[in-house]
Amino acid sequence: MLLIPCPWCGPRDEAEFHYGGQAHVPYPEDPAALSDEEWARYLFFRDNTKGPFAERWSHAAGCRRWFNAVRDTSSNEILAVYRTGEERPATAEPRPFVSQPRPQPARPALADEAPSGPKRGSGGGSPQDGTGRGGGGEAAFISGSAAGQPFRHPTRGRIDRDAPLTFSFDGTEYRGFRGDTLASALLANGVIHAGTSIKLGRPRGIFSAGVEEPNAVVQIEEPFPEPMLPATTVELYDGLVASSLPGQGRLATEPDPARYDAVHAHCDLLVVGAGPAGLAAAAAAARSGARVILADDQSEPGGSLLGTAEHLDWVREITGQLDTAPEVRVLRRTTVFGYYDDNHLVAVERRTNHLGAEAPDNVSRERVWRVRARRVVLATGAHERSLAFADNDRPGVMLASSARTYVNRHGVLPGRRAVVLTTNDSAYAAALDLTAAGLAVTAIVDTRPGPGEWTERARAAGIEVLAGHAVTGTEGEARLTTVTVAPYGESAGRREFAADLLLVSGGWNPVAHLFSQSGGRLRHDETLGSFVPDTCRQAVEVVGGASGVLDPATVLAQGAAAGARAVEAEGYTPEAPRLPEVAAQPRQTPPMHVYVLPGASDAPRFVDLQRDVTVDDLARATGAGLRSVEHTKRYTTAGTANDQGKTSGVLASGVVAELLGVDISALGTTTFRPPYTPVSFAALAGRDRGTLSDPVRTTALHHWHVAHGALFENVGQWKRPWYYPQDGEDMEAAVLRECAAAREGVAFMDASTLGKIDVQGPDAGVLLDRLYTNMMSTLKVGMIRYGVMCRPDGMVFDDGTVIRVAQNRFLVTTTTGNAAAVLDWMEEWHQTEWPELKVHCTSVTEQWATVALVGPRSREVLGSLAPRLAVANDDFPFMAWRQTTVAGIEARVCRISFSGELAYEINVSPWEALALWEALYEAGAPYGITPYGTETMHVLRAEKGYPIIGQDTDGTVTPQDLGMSWVVSKKKPDFVGKRSYARADNLRPDRKHLVGLLPEDPGAFLPEGTHLVADSVLPAPPVPMLGHVTSSYRSAALGRTFALALIKGGRNRIGERLYAPVGDQLVPVTVASPVLYDPEGARRDG
Amino acid sequence: MADTALTAPLRSPLSHVAGRLAAATRTSGGAIRLAELPFLAQLDVRLDAKGTAAEAVGLALGLQLPLQPNTVVRAGELTALWLGPDEWLVVGPPGGEREVESRIREAAGDEPVSVTDVSAQRTTLLVTGPRAHDLLAHGCSLDLHPRVFGSGRCAQTTLGRTQVVLVARDEPRAGFWVLVRSSFAGYLTDWLLDAATEYV
Repeated sequence: MLLIPCPWCGPRDEAEFHYGGQAHVPYPEDPAALSDEEWARYLFFRDNTKGPFAERWSHAAGCRRWFNAVRDTSSNEILAVYRTGEERPATAEPRPFVSQPRPQPARPALADEAPSGPKRGSGGGSPQDGTGRGGGGEAAFISGSAAGQPFRHPTRGRIDRDAPLTFSFDGTEYRGFRGDTLASALLANGVIHAGTSIKLGRPRGIFSAGVEEPNAVVQIEEPFPEPMLPATTVELYDGLVASSLPGQGRLATEPDPARYDAVHAHCDLLVVGAGPAGLAAAAAAARSGARVILADDQSEPGGSLLGTAEHLDWVREITGQLDTAPEVRVLRRTTVFGYYDDNHLVAVERRTNHLGAEAPDNVSRERVWRVRARRVVLATGAHERSLAFADNDRPGVMLASSARTYVNRHGVLPGRRAVVLTTNDSAYAAALDLTAAGLAVTAIVDTRPGPGEWTERARAAGIEVLAGHAVTGTEGEARLTTVTVAPYGESAGRREFAADLLLVSGGWNPVAHLFSQSGGRLRHDETLGSFVPDTCRQAVEVVGGASGVLDPATVLAQGAAAGARAVEAEGYTPEAPRLPEVAAQPRQTPPMHVYVLPGASDAPRFVDLQRDVTVDDLARATGAGLRSVEHTKRYTTAGTANDQGKTSGVLASGVVAELLGVDISALGTTTFRPPYTPVSFAALAGRDRGTLSDPVRTTALHHWHVAHGALFENVGQWKRPWYYPQDGEDMEAAVLRECAAAREGVAFMDASTLGKIDVQGPDAGVLLDRLYTNMMSTLKVGMIRYGVMCRPDGMVFDDGTVIRVAQNRFLVTTTTGNAAAVLDWMEEWHQTEWPELKVHCTSVTEQWATVALVGPRSREVLGSLAPRLAVANDDFPFMAWRQTTVAGIEARVCRISFSGELAYEINVSPWEALALWEALYEAGAPYGITPYGTETMHVLRAEKGYPIIGQDTDGTVTPQDLGMSWVVSKKKPDFVGKRSYARADNLRPDRKHLVGLLPEDPGAFLPEGTHLVADSVLPAPPVPMLGHVTSSYRSAALGRTFALALIKGGRNRIGERLYAPVGDQLVPVTVASPVLYDPEGARRDG
Repeated sequence: MADTALTAPLRSPLSHVAGRLAAATRTSGGAIRLAELPFLAQLDVRLDAKGTAAEAVGLALGLQLPLQPNTVVRAGELTALWLGPDEWLVVGPPGGEREVESRIREAAGDEPVSVTDVSAQRTTLLVTGPRAHDLLAHGCSLDLHPRVFGSGRCAQTTLGRTQVVLVARDEPRAGFWVLVRSSFAGYLTDWLLDAATEYV
């Protein structure tokens, strides 16, 4: 969300502002002197500039001041704001893109300590073959609590072995521990096959250990159904029931009982990611006094260190500091999924998901955080990339670093016997660590011809290293059994390895999603072979793996420096945090940039596992002539699945680049859009659902209406009584009864919802004269006038009454739904066009409660309650108002009528409204006083031909079209709308006029919106339409149905017969005057 | 009949939810306190801040109308809130609106000053307690940290989906006044009580 700096209130969310179009387009000095074309140019034509553009804004939800802003229309950046009436400042330059501090040369190594020598088997037991569906193999590591989890490591991992959990997957019950994910618990039980591919139905296994997971996307069944969750992100809880999916899930059919909510947060520094870089950044800022938020998607801080089991003491130390620092908030289990303008980031915190059925009812299950940060440090890490080789999708193919995470974080061996396939050094550390944990790494297949120093370490650990080799195929159904290897690019010299695990590393992709969403540009890093953050206009820095830096010491230093820079820029003094000692790294060997491994096999080489997109599919796309990754994405659907191509995106770019014979740097990536990971609609909706989804406005009399059985109509946000059905009455009967009471006796309604604006000042009359079509300044104190407001194009915008309270004070009423718009309209003209007028407009809608007392007996009722008021017609004439007391309550009584009957509007303080209402109800009882609602009001006014603005008009209707030329002043030199009445289009004789319609069958009812045609037989299409019904009712007074309609040249058609197609009938109707009841106005004075 | 009405007590917009507000306050164990402050006198005052009326009105009220946006000035029983460069809301104890209005009008003399009684236009919710910030943060995008929105600050903004005027109360009582249009008050109360679910 943009921040717009109000010149008065400072930066506020854009939602507080209204847009007002191009600035510096003044109202012409003399509209009458303009030609139609010049006037149309003022009305309808505005610039549409790319780049800096001066425009008007109103701080509508704040100080209500209009001001001007120069906005860059291509970036939405606000370059300057200035007050109305001030000159446009010299065009400011857009904020420059700021380069990231250049990362150190990437060193693709993750381990900081030399692994010790070979310890194969030191964990006890020899590798067994898992079958992919569990139960396979003898339990290798059996300890008391790990019983039944044959792949559980006896000591490693951060799981709580004292907290066993029971869960079920695809109908089989398993056990795991607190600290497991569903994926790690499945692996512990020997289950790696966790799904079936969507198009080809191939078995798929757990592929990763994080949000990038393409395969193991499961359906949660208990405690509440939720589809398409990566098993690698589901924290295990007792009683979890899940099932594998054939590529797509099932939505719950029952309402979700959980609570979801949202909060706003502000900070000086938001650090995204609590890996080594993020922790270092937060630590540098933590004790400076700056407000810091550290958000991380895992259950505990540490990031990649949790997977490598390095520096965990340091993680604990820093986490402890952060948790106790007064202005620091650590958000665990919180995924920052969107990065918007002005450092507005949105995150979802999973607060009780991991508790399963234990989750407390009053704690929201998920919470959306809307964070406004002065500075942002992104430490979002990197995802390991896969490679496209034959049959690379079998269960047992896994990212190398993920396997290491399972061992170190979850205490699980993802297999027994592994082959490693790599193009870079990072997989060596994983292989060595896995070997140390007891997993048999048979061979490391390195595509590089001369892998270097790491090779020596691997060989020293007893691992065979096949330099300059590649995997050419795999075997195994439910689980990988065999890996075939050959010298790179050759078919001779093939060797087969028995393996239940093939660990792949095709390099690293910085997680640049949020940076890219922030508007940052990416550049291709040759060393890394991937895309890294480059420049950005927002106040953001990217550190660690996300910036393309993989060397641990550099990552830590870079994080700490970025955290320090951020808080320093906000005026705080950072503190150098303690960073862990990082042991010397083996000399690195550059990675090989390869995406598709050579091989003559016909077997599919998958690029996007979740969408079943292969290299051949991409070849068909490029063969069809597609040259952009955005196009190949749409053609093949690669990257469009639930995982949004986290492991496949850059791979797909690489494959397409190879197919096209271009460099990947020229091809780029597809666009990263929020959300980074899927977010449930329930979380996004939060509490904005059901009764809280939209404000409900009620009057001071609302509870009386409820108690008396009213049904309600929504008018804007107001709840207005619609009608008050008595026992057994339907709407038709109730409305006929209410109408009869108003026409024959007395009835009353709550009219408090009408908008009311106090207009005060010596120029109040001038302002109203300019805004209303008729003259208001000549109105006498004590009198009331009906008025119509139009837009400059002459179309009716609102209507209401104007009361002259005093020489310099008027009270304007507006339609219920338009009150705020009318006040804004008055402010807009006053502030932007006529600031010299000494006048102020203030909303007083809720300052007054209004009761309309209607009917021939209303005078008696009022008179009985207002002893000091002379109610006779001569004393208190139509369109006059009196200050008096009614039922002892101070009141302003207006003699106005929206029904044609003798009527009063009694205005009192809402604090006393109920007392007034009840007094009227009691005093009117002898006359059968009847409460009525909006439906009766509509019938009564329609019988008199009074239009409802917004129902009988639609923004294309002039006062003249409504037959109200009398309300348009001929004397005033100008008012808003006047010039348009002379436009040729407004003088057309075939403009639509508001007329009455009487169906020839007095019982025939025309639905609102019904069209009108000239002939009794429908001609072939297109059928010429004459107009449409805008209001339609049954009338007690007329004893028949009737309607109002806008009809071309309608006033010249009065008496004509037209036809209204209703269903398959053509209903004959007669065009009539819109005033169907009491056309002489005899009833007005009682 | 007229006499009956005369003695009828005034009904505030939130009189029907006083029990729910009190219950939430009670069950929160001190975390939050919610209550309506009904019938406060409220006057919308419009005048040229640079004109002579500003000073005269200030003298008459015994306080300087705040000129800095989004600040309040308190003196005695009166509080003046900045609403705009030429607009203030003067808030006082219940029943004082007429007296304060005439004081302002007399002080202004012939200067073009607008004074509008808006006492019933909005009602006031008291939101205090250690979790008051957290509660409002569920629906208010403004930074309400005491460093930013401490004593002496006010703001017109949105809370939930309603427009409100927020006023930071003076230390040490802290917490907020939330002034809300009367017609929205019931909805906002429902919203606040819902947002407080975790604290009560």
